[in-house]
Amino acid sequence: MARTISYREALGEALAQEMERDESVIVLGEDNAGGAGSPGEDDAWGGVLGVTKGLYHRFPGRVLDTPISESAFVGAAIGAATSGLRPVAELMFIDFMGVCFDQIFNQAAKFRYMFGGKAKTPVVIRTMYGAGLRAAAQHSQALYPIFTHIPGLKVVVPSSPYEAKGLLIQSIRDDDPVIFCEHKAMYDVTGDVPEDSYTIPFGEAGVVRDGDDVTIVAIGRMVSVAEEAAKQLAESGVEAEIIDPRTTSPLDTETILESVENTGRLVVVDEATPRCNLATDISALVAKEAFGSLRAPIEMVTAPHTPVPFSDALEDLYIPDAQRVANAVKTVVEWKR
Amino acid sequence: MTDTLSTAVSHELDGNALLDAYRTMRTIRAFEERLHDEFATGEIPGFVHLYAGEEASATGVCLHLDDRDAIASTHRGHGHCIAKGVDVKAMMAEIYGRRTGSCHGKGGSMHIADLSKGMLGANGIVGGGPPLICGTALAAKQKGTGGVGVAFFGDGASNQGTTLEAMNLASVWQLPAIFVAENNGYAEATSSTWSVAADNIADRAAGFGMPGVIVDGFDFFAVHEAAAEAIQRAREGGGPTLIEVKFTRYFGHFEGDQQTYRAGEVAYARENLDCLKRFRARVTETGQVEAARLDAVDAQVADLIDAAVEEAKAAPKPTAADLETDVYIEY
Repeated sequence: MARTISYREALGEALAQEMERDESVIVLGEDNAGGAGSPGEDDAWGGVLGVTKGLYHRFPGRVLDTPISESAFVGAAIGAATSGLRPVAELMFIDFMGVCFDQIFNQAAKFRYMFGGKAKTPVVIRTMYGAGLRAAAQHSQALYPIFTHIPGLKVVVPSSPYEAKGLLIQSIRDDDPVIFCEHKAMYDVTGDVPEDSYTIPFGEAGVVRDGDDVTIVAIGRMVSVAEEAAKQLAESGVEAEIIDPRTTSPLDTETILESVENTGRLVVVDEATPRCNLATDISALVAKEAFGSLRAPIEMVTAPHTPVPFSDALEDLYIPDAQRVANAVKTVVEWKR
Repeated sequence: MTDTLSTAVSHELDGNALLDAYRTMRTIRAFEERLHDEFATGEIPGFVHLYAGEEASATGVCLHLDDRDAIASTHRGHGHCIAKGVDVKAMMAEIYGRRTGSCHGKGGSMHIADLSKGMLGANGIVGGGPPLICGTALAAKQKGTGGVGVAFFGDGASNQGTTLEAMNLASVWQLPAIFVAENNGYAEATSSTWSVAADNIADRAAGFGMPGVIVDGFDFFAVHEAAAEAIQRAREGGGPTLIEVKFTRYFGHFEGDQQTYRAGEVAYARENLDCLKRFRARVTETGQVEAARLDAVDAQVADLIDAAVEEAKAAPKPTAADLETDVYIEY
């Protein structure tokens, strides 16, 4: 039965159901319970995002708080994954990858290949990305392209509460290291989510909206921005097809190419900065594989090539919005040779 | 190697210096208490971490510093900024996201900086500052300026590899660096009695071959004295020192933190340990400063903070023309 719950609750439910199902699943991170060694309430926070709230008492000994030592605890999660556990580590902000990146990209990502296919590292690193909360330059970045770049990592960017639950359960059951990117402005977004456990397979894009005039590929929170633009465009008779890749690695190239072959036009919406991001990656794919179908140059709607600004006046300009997406669609629809 | 300093004498500070110290501490307190109130109105964007309760640390250390010297701060950085001489009105405007702010509204509370004052910035990354201070100290040493670098960091950052690597490097290179571990009891919601495996952060100094000192962070004079010795040693080529300053954070990790993990220690500290109360009691009892002069400072500071908030609210925000500037010097 589906009920309406938040993105935060959907994630918490996914964790709880997997911890219930599989004893090897553990959760660790800074204040994932909260209040360790403190005189007041334990389980005070449930992570700074509140996602893991309640798990500490429900699963004794399986929710571990950590010192602020990302290299150590992310590395420990990776090591534990090689040794029979299925850890879900919380890297509070994706920006903090800078502190612990070696463990992720030189260790976890490469074990399988370097060790000749003998290693299995079923670790999930949940992390919060994205702009919009005035959290400034070191707490707002959309860094999933960096992880997508690394062979050996799988990268998930869920776009709704439904996607969040199914993809997190899939991530936990997956035997490879997974970077699970949650948008910080989405935790209170609500949607219909089945109560029962379910999975959404990696590498299978979702077609969020059907349309014949243009293909919009949007990543994570940008899916809802694209939907808003599509509604606006429909009023002027332009029907957009919206594709949510769900996972940037593996990437469902087939669904994207099929759609562009039908519409002949592509707009990619990516909150990341514009160099070497998902927009350039998907555009290159389409330019190479579906060149003959394209009826207009590809448009990319991204953040500018700057750090994320603090002031609301600048941050609102920084983040791609529905108007910019609609404008990009108009550009490709109206384009004439 | 760890010594606990008893409350030190204040013989080095004359009345005017004491008044300056008091003004700095009062400014920090008033700035933070006002932000606490203003944040509740919803007008302040983003994440704000307040330094109230910890004023004696920034003030007691920075009183020894001048423009040759650099400091690195933390996400809880307003106090360090004020103590190092960053303009209070520009700070307030920055926190309000205005173009007139210290960083033209691009940085915000967690990134206030003023390089002209040797203030390398508050920092959004726990443990981000200590390695940078090795660099400023190296530059001072190479250029022979006599300058020092001071890394302020919290008990949380004391568990970051960057901090530990920086302390080792500073000792290996015998840098004029001072590591000030501000142990306010909590890394976010986690108690430092749990997260720091040693009894004291300062105990770790032995492992890095530098002196380690523990001071009562509510006692301005104790901090001032410990910092005097460490900074003098650094300036004279004697290498780095780790000073652990112990106190209690008056507000939550961030504004909005419900703090259910705490149990009454703030009320106790505010009543019995507070650095401003103790400072006032001491300097008036010894007759070094008249109470009326301290009262006058209180009034001046209150006016300054009022004006800072008023001007910040009235100041313009940055515009589209500012969005893509300042990424590079030339591109």
